[in-house]
Amino acid sequence: MEPTNIKDPEYFHKVVDCQYACPAHTPVPEYIRLIAAEKYAAAYMVNWESNVFPGILGRTCDRPCEPACRRGRLENEEPVAICRLKRVAADNKGDIKSLLPKAPEKKNGKKIALIGAGPSSLTVARDLSVIGYEIHLFDDQSKGGGMMRSQIPSFRLPAEVLDGEVNQILDLGIHTHFNNYVSSLREVLSKGYDAVFVGTGAPRGRDLKDLQGRWDGAANIHIGIEWLASVAFEHTHKIGEKVIVLGGGNTAMDCCRTSRRLGGKDVKVIVRSPFEEMKASPWEKEDAIHEDIPIIDNHVPKSFVVEDGKLIGMNFEKVHAVYDEQGKRSLQPTGEPEIFFEADDVLIAIGQENSFPWIERDLGIEFDKWEVPVVDKTTFVSGIPNVFFGGDSALGPKNVITAVAQGHQAAISIDLFCSKKNINNRPAPFTNLYSTKMGIHEWAYDSMVSNDERFIVPQAEKALTLTDRKKEVELGFSLPVAFKEAERCLNCDAQTVFFESKCIECDACMDICPTNCITFTANAEEEELRERLIVPAHNKEQSIMVSDILQTGRVMVKDEDVCLHCGLCAERCPTSAWDMQKFLYNTTKAGACH
Amino acid sequence: MSYTRPKFAHPALPKNKLGYTRKEYEGSLTTLCAGCGHDSIGAAIVEACWEMNIEPHKVAKLSGIGCSSKTPAYFLSNSHGFNSVHGRMPSVATGANLANKELIYLGVSGDGDTASIGMGQFVHVIRRNLNMTYIVMNNGCYGLTKGQDSATADVGSKNKQGNINMFEGIDLCALALELGATFVAQSFSGDKAQLVPLIQAAMSHPGFALINVLSPCVTFNNNVGSTKSYDYVREHVHATATLDYVPPMEEITTAYDQDETKLVKMHDGSWLQLHKLSQAWNPEDKVSTMNALQEAHKKNKILTGLLYVDESSKDLHELLETSDTPLNLLPQSALCPGQEKLDAINAKFR
Repeated sequence: MEPTNIKDPEYFHKVVDCQYACPAHTPVPEYIRLIAAEKYAAAYMVNWESNVFPGILGRTCDRPCEPACRRGRLENEEPVAICRLKRVAADNKGDIKSLLPKAPEKKNGKKIALIGAGPSSLTVARDLSVIGYEIHLFDDQSKGGGMMRSQIPSFRLPAEVLDGEVNQILDLGIHTHFNNYVSSLREVLSKGYDAVFVGTGAPRGRDLKDLQGRWDGAANIHIGIEWLASVAFEHTHKIGEKVIVLGGGNTAMDCCRTSRRLGGKDVKVIVRSPFEEMKASPWEKEDAIHEDIPIIDNHVPKSFVVEDGKLIGMNFEKVHAVYDEQGKRSLQPTGEPEIFFEADDVLIAIGQENSFPWIERDLGIEFDKWEVPVVDKTTFVSGIPNVFFGGDSALGPKNVITAVAQGHQAAISIDLFCSKKNINNRPAPFTNLYSTKMGIHEWAYDSMVSNDERFIVPQAEKALTLTDRKKEVELGFSLPVAFKEAERCLNCDAQTVFFESKCIECDACMDICPTNCITFTANAEEEELRERLIVPAHNKEQSIMVSDILQTGRVMVKDEDVCLHCGLCAERCPTSAWDMQKFLYNTTKAGACH
Repeated sequence: MSYTRPKFAHPALPKNKLGYTRKEYEGSLTTLCAGCGHDSIGAAIVEACWEMNIEPHKVAKLSGIGCSSKTPAYFLSNSHGFNSVHGRMPSVATGANLANKELIYLGVSGDGDTASIGMGQFVHVIRRNLNMTYIVMNNGCYGLTKGQDSATADVGSKNKQGNINMFEGIDLCALALELGATFVAQSFSGDKAQLVPLIQAAMSHPGFALINVLSPCVTFNNNVGSTKSYDYVREHVHATATLDYVPPMEEITTAYDQDETKLVKMHDGSWLQLHKLSQAWNPEDKVSTMNALQEAHKKNKILTGLLYVDESSKDLHELLETSDTPLNLLPQSALCPGQEKLDAINAKFR
């Protein structure tokens, strides 16, 4: 195998599993260390720079970082509670006004229209306003935030947290046009904006239009996201005692938990797929079950039952999952008779989709067969060179952190476009790599590996939270617990850097490594080399680092998979052929081309 | 400060036939200098015992004084251990072995502990053919007292201060052969591929087995001009043959040419498989081994690998016809048979 090129910024980036998995590539270990050092404002700013909404995401993020966390690959271990540590930074940041950038008084003369005021648009607004763009933000609601306001209930995301972080952006001199439904893209384009960004989300909830009884019982059958929005904007205040929520995603979880707070006593979630395969995050399912909401899986809705013009329940068919050779799932009826469940109200939360009735089809934007606009996956430009998309409206419904990441990329494209540069020349990431050695057994990071198990975030009393829709359920970590949880982080950004010219092949690193990551052996092609290690490197998703040929003709091979970044290899190296070097990787934001 | 070993191991760490991973054979975290050859030897002992499926509590590890003799703390923490007086490990090993021959005796010593203060004990334990593995961690200097030349430093070797050693070094392997040792090997701490099977063979051998391991002292004897540095040893090492240890009951498979391969059957049913033999050397012929050692010495080569083995060896227990049952398992009536027996024995001498 060729020696590993550690100068490639992506090599070490991939070793920092959490950051690599994060769509916005937030430098997670960096801010976790700051939390451990009680520098909450600094930890907040690392987040704010990268993901724009630390307080919101610290409560609601889908956390793609956590399944990726190296700690989860250790025996009997769970990932670091990254998301809830982020909340600790946000809750304890204090006054950070002086740390936030200000929009320059002298603008650069370019005007940008943002349609929709959700997370992706707000990200574009922040990135571009601070480098001199004049931003016009349009939304049909009375406040900014988009789906973060209309779909995420207050008991998960308090209004003051949402308002705080939305206003931090609006205060950058954004021209807001709220309560203003944009009904024609043609009209927007005629107003002379230098570029237009579309971040209108996936506003249409899927329905069960053809199911028997759907329209007879319409008064008590609601589309999940519309119903949640109606609750959020205080149009809906109550629901029947018996509620069925259809669907297995996070919206279904929000619907059932909100129902419990609006008078629902017998609330159940009924879902087609097996419990394990539901789309909802495991913790959201747990929270629903904790609030006495049963989740009934393997039940396909067959009909709404309406009596005397009023909905009384639903019939379901029992199914079981069958998998073909490719692993593709099909749900097959078990043959048992249909089952009836009583209901006063039904909430349909079976997915959502894009909807662009306001975009004329003759403007030059291509739509695919699902009526989704064709958008470049890197630059987010559409068929019109100055119209960009981001968030759920670009590549289909995902989550807030993905919307933020796409917003950053669209902002870069808009900036390049307005500077008359090629939008395909993406700016390189900012990286830095420097030694953390401070003494014989001392490093600039806490290299000792904590043995603590993952700490649980405390919750408010159920009796309290179920009676007040706005009472936040999760209380957040206390500071002493947050410190302990932060110490569970393995500091994967403290990289093991190997200098073959210094190595005397004494084997000290190989002998000391607690997880047997290091092997000195004869070189071979990657597949064979992976087998030659003390513990064969079978996790192909993780890289192996290979040195150049050493004095004895062998190579050093390090399997990155379960390296604890404890630094013992470097401490036991007599010649400093190993060094623990801190790696920082920041995706570049708009403005780099100037 | 990070100098503690995390509790986590690789989740896919392989297990041996007893269901143990290497972790069960490790000791506490070393306090020797970073890069010390002794740590590699300790790791080789761990590897050898794990591979041989030895139950850790069946091993007694004994040592004297010195850097080498600290190492039993860093391997086999589930075994019996005795850190004895300087140079007196062989006496303690002899006593323990005579009291209980069911344990595997592993002596660890250094060049000072063996070739200086312990020389008297060393030569006699060889003569008596005590059933034990005796590993000398040989770095040619007194590392614990700031690196003075030891008795195994080669004549002409330069120490860290630039002084040339004017005395002839003691060749422990040649000495052991002379004294009738039945298993003699030499190796290098930086060559685990050779050292691990040698340790396994030595532990299988029924009698005294010496492995003299060159183990560079990174702090005091790894300089240019030293004949025990990593660089010098690597440049001058000359292996008699490559060695595979084949445990009892396992099939011998070889990819090597039969003419170049020699099999040695060990007492316990295991095999040693030697490939690419040096010309004019036969590990079962003491004279050829003596010659090979002298030839290598003349050419400034360090001869490593298995040097000599005699599987017809009779160990001390066999010679003395001692009890097969460990003394701690004998009943009081056997250990102290009473006045009548004593009188009968005494009567024989009248």
